[in-house]
Amino acid sequence: MNSGFGIRDSRFGRMSVGSGFSRTIVTAIALLTLLSPAIRGQQGFRRTPGAVYDVDVADKKSGAPPRRDLSGIWEFAKGGGEGIQADGAKAIPSDGKPEHELPFTPEGRKAFINNKPTYGFTQVPSALTNDPMPGCDPQGFPRIVLHNAHHEQILQTATQVVILYQFNKKWRVIWTDGRKLPANPEVPGWDIKGSPPPEARFWGYSVGRWVDDYTFVADSNGFDDRTWLDNAGRPHSDALHVIETYHRVDADHLEKTITIDDPKFYTRPWVALDKLPYRLQSPSLEIPEQECVPSETAKYNQLFANPAADVK
Amino acid sequence: MRRMLVAVASGVVLLSCALAAHHANAVFDLGKRLTLTGTVTEWFWANPHCLLRFDVKNDSGEMMHWVAETQAPPNMTPFGWTKQSFAVGDQVTVTLEPVKNGSPLGRILQVKLPDGKTLVAGNGLSPSDGSGARP
Repeated sequence: MNSGFGIRDSRFGRMSVGSGFSRTIVTAIALLTLLSPAIRGQQGFRRTPGAVYDVDVADKKSGAPPRRDLSGIWEFAKGGGEGIQADGAKAIPSDGKPEHELPFTPEGRKAFINNKPTYGFTQVPSALTNDPMPGCDPQGFPRIVLHNAHHEQILQTATQVVILYQFNKKWRVIWTDGRKLPANPEVPGWDIKGSPPPEARFWGYSVGRWVDDYTFVADSNGFDDRTWLDNAGRPHSDALHVIETYHRVDADHLEKTITIDDPKFYTRPWVALDKLPYRLQSPSLEIPEQECVPSETAKYNQLFANPAADVK
Repeated sequence: MRRMLVAVASGVVLLSCALAAHHANAVFDLGKRLTLTGTVTEWFWANPHCLLRFDVKNDSGEMMHWVAETQAPPNMTPFGWTKQSFAVGDQVTVTLEPVKNGSPLGRILQVKLPDGKTLVAGNGLSPSDGSGARP
């Protein structure tokens, strides 16, 4: 089994230690050095037992990618916490820095300010948040990826790409049977006879296509605007259009790019994830369970969140 | 020489904290550390945070009922934590970052178990160093 401490062990094996005072100092430095990746790993490189990461097989060269195939169990190639963190996408966290400011429209900025997240630079104590998620309301897409990204399992059929997500055991269907996205999700006018009109959905409505043998692009719309884009309270409107690009780099890797296109709330499309690398895992890898449980949340609020914020 | 080595060592610690947790920080007294020895009264293995409840006598002999959080179970298991990590009655030494309002609440950095082993919380915060970078 892979362990987060394997790196530490291998480094320790190369250590040579002197004697007396110098040994003490060298040992202290060694311990701190060894501790360093372990601490980093707790956020930047959180491992799932049994998963394989690029660092574990650095000497192994990957083969050619399969044609038109996304199927498999996927984990962040560089470990958990890579690409996405609690205050948003790693490249553009909600930290108040001008370079990370999203291109809000006035309406979008107002929605952002009205959201009270527990992460990011506009954060409030848990007891004062209006985040729909802690109470176990649907997290929806794309927040399932832009916040609670963990492993994903992708299944392919003749007409669908189905993505299974760890958090709350949710899944999405991306239709690949040639249907189009509705121009107006409220009045879809489907080409396919008998298809029900899609109401606004927490998970949107998704269609996808192969643009070449190794690149799959999915478009989604029809979103319920009660969900957030991420944990930092970035908002979206009912005009949200999400573009996902999945690119098979080689036999072991998949890159995911997510672009947010929401003309009501943002003046231009922006890239939330840019070629985030995933690594194909063993088909027998166990995906952990993680559920939002209302009764557990209530107990957490009663024992911790409320007294921590002086909320009765 | 000694000073230089210590400086190098400190740098390693600071670097290691540069990717510190981005966990909800608003209520915590960031950088403050308390180490408390007490008796476990409950280990609540749950989402969105696990809670360790333990009783500690303060300086005036009054029993304080502490509640300390960790991250959710899937984020704890990679660091060796399980639903069975604590039993009621265990004597533990908890290092935590307390909340700002003085309530006996905090988030766990590490716990020393009765058998001498230590569980590290895996939240990127160093138990002994309060200077880690914060989001």
